[in-house]
Amino acid sequence: MSSTSSTALSIESQWELPSRGHVGMLSLIAAEFAIFTIFVVAYLFYIGKSLTGPMPKDVLEMPIFASICLLSSSWTIHVAVKALRNGKVRGFGAWWFATIALGLIFLIETGREWHHLIFEKGLTISTNLFGTTYYSLVGLHAFHVVVGLIGLSIAMILTLLGKVKQEHGDRADVFSLYWHFVDVVWIIVFTVVYIIGR
Amino acid sequence: MASESIALTPVHDASRPIGTTLHDWVVTVDHKKLGILYIFYSLIFLVIGGIEATIMRIQLIVPHNHFVSPQAFNRMFTMHGTTMIFFVAMPILFGFGNYLIPLMIGARDMAFPRLNAWSFWLTAFGGLLLYFSFIGGNGLYGAGSAPDVGWFAYAPLTASTFSLGHSTDFWTLGLLVSGFGSIGTAINILVTIMCLRCPGMTLSKMPLLAWLNLVMAAMVLLAISPLTAAQIMLSLDRFLGAHFFDTQAGGSAVLWMHFFWIFGHPEVYVLVLPAFAFASEIIPVFSRKPIFGYPVMVAATVGIGFVGLSVWAHHMFTVGMNPYANSFFTITTMVIGVPTGIKIFNWIGTMWGGKIILKTPMLFCIAFLFQFLIAGLTGIMLSAAPFDWQLGNSYFVVAHFHYVIVGAILFTIFGAFYYWFPKMSGRMYNETLGKWHFWLFFIGFHLTFDFMHIPGLLGMPRRIYTYEPGRGWDIWNLICTVGVFFQAVAIIVFIGNLLWSYFNGKSAGNDPWDAWTLEWSTSSPPAEYNFAKVPVVRSRRPLWDIKHPEDPDWKYE
Repeated sequence: MSSTSSTALSIESQWELPSRGHVGMLSLIAAEFAIFTIFVVAYLFYIGKSLTGPMPKDVLEMPIFASICLLSSSWTIHVAVKALRNGKVRGFGAWWFATIALGLIFLIETGREWHHLIFEKGLTISTNLFGTTYYSLVGLHAFHVVVGLIGLSIAMILTLLGKVKQEHGDRADVFSLYWHFVDVVWIIVFTVVYIIGR
Repeated sequence: MASESIALTPVHDASRPIGTTLHDWVVTVDHKKLGILYIFYSLIFLVIGGIEATIMRIQLIVPHNHFVSPQAFNRMFTMHGTTMIFFVAMPILFGFGNYLIPLMIGARDMAFPRLNAWSFWLTAFGGLLLYFSFIGGNGLYGAGSAPDVGWFAYAPLTASTFSLGHSTDFWTLGLLVSGFGSIGTAINILVTIMCLRCPGMTLSKMPLLAWLNLVMAAMVLLAISPLTAAQIMLSLDRFLGAHFFDTQAGGSAVLWMHFFWIFGHPEVYVLVLPAFAFASEIIPVFSRKPIFGYPVMVAATVGIGFVGLSVWAHHMFTVGMNPYANSFFTITTMVIGVPTGIKIFNWIGTMWGGKIILKTPMLFCIAFLFQFLIAGLTGIMLSAAPFDWQLGNSYFVVAHFHYVIVGAILFTIFGAFYYWFPKMSGRMYNETLGKWHFWLFFIGFHLTFDFMHIPGLLGMPRRIYTYEPGRGWDIWNLICTVGVFFQAVAIIVFIGNLLWSYFNGKSAGNDPWDAWTLEWSTSSPPAEYNFAKVPVVRSRRPLWDIKHPEDPDWKYE
């Protein structure tokens, strides 16, 4: 009996499983990828099938600046998480704030683009198939940016209140997975909408 | 050691005011209570969906019948299909998964208990939203109430031009909301299995039920999400005037079919894998043998998961696709018969030479084996594109998929009810009533669905509200409807048995079946924390090891 107990103890002490947060976030990302895949397929399928104008090549301009901002925010959040893991809460706060600022700039740029398209070019979601697929795909991505910004801001407020400590590094890391996902999706959306679709 | 790991505290349920009890159930985050809520909720919808089916069968009992109007008939088949898939089969399987997975892998709860409660209530409100259409669907006078576009809601039927009022909106939003619930539950199941297994339970020592639910959860993530995306598109079409499925503006009705069936066919495997899971737990215990070919069973499950995601367009042979697509989907559909065939072989291998005990759960599982085989065979017939051109959208197809969903999935669900009822309630069910339930349902099922193949072969299309006499369809339709009444009586016996046994059943004890998985090591019903001490396992049958210390399994695995 004692030998059984000691084996059980050795099993218990060596037992380690992946963290809930990371596996959960990766599962959510898998589901989100499936949703985006359907929207991307719809976009690709309807390229050039609009019966009336305006067409993408007439109205779309590459959002280079916005894209650079969003993609660099992946780097800033990575540095922020690293800082928190090393116990540098102030550094974390600064880089985290930079991430929010970059995300906000991206969102404002998207808003300006939409304003331009709607009020100057007369393209809405019901104008033609291009409008339908463009606003829904870019809009779905922008919605994910908004959700990300809300999450980032909550963490920012908690940081300013002094509630964020080194042991929260793993949680920040889980959230950063989501933010990286939003960036990766933007690379796909950018390629599909502004390169292939134009 | 052994007695320590199964030590337990008895649950004292002092009589409390009904309000407190109800409040407990509403705010609970306990996986067992949520599992029971899921199951209870599904049983209500099972009765509702069954009544809708009965209305349709009564309408079709004789030619030129006037039991319901054509409009009402359309609503009945739409609501029957939607209800049975989304608000009966999915939640009932999630309910069992919720209840059993933490118990079987030695965990104290699901990975995210609050997400679990949130998912359940989303599913519940999704169902209520769908059924609210009977009252609120009348956006315009005379525009109809409940959705009537069929459960796969093909464009352009769903366009706002053709579906006035809000009936289709209730359908879309109801499924969208419950879809989010399903994704939440799938994430929860996946994370629970990956991250909360008790010490010693490596992936290769998990009960097969956990394995099958793991693959099911992964499939939900990849298959329900496309439906969510498609429902968002349909809502944009209907509310904001987008043109995804609007052929007038160059949109494509066929695109909706692809998006729907990319969800729709994997959904069959999402439903059937947990059904396989029940069979894989029940058959060994009632054959007194460990499962035959465990690694092969796991491999076949993962194989089904992969191939199941690439067969969807066999629902669209009759729509007209190019020869390459037809060949591809014919081949993948036939290929998926291989891993499923392996599974049937292994279940029979488990029974072979075993000491078979014919209690009610086992009866349902044996019937499942034969019925699932026949369902698979008609599936192989329909997988051949030219054969499908003849019989697509006929009653042959209706008979085929009811053979899968009722003959395989519902039969194992009934088996699971009888097998785990003692664990959930702490009491034994009534074996005599259980056998009555089985035989009545078995006879009713075969009367209805065996004979339903024949009018299909004779050319009777699905979804017609009546038919001309003298086409040779009359007698078969009569027999099908007679079978429904046997099934209805069986369901009444079943529910009566559950209620009677819950109040009057004999005390079950911890382990009434002399079974081998961890849920039987704790009290019936288990305490809120499941295990007083988290168990440590060394083989696939931890309770066998405890009961037979002289000859434990881990020596051979």
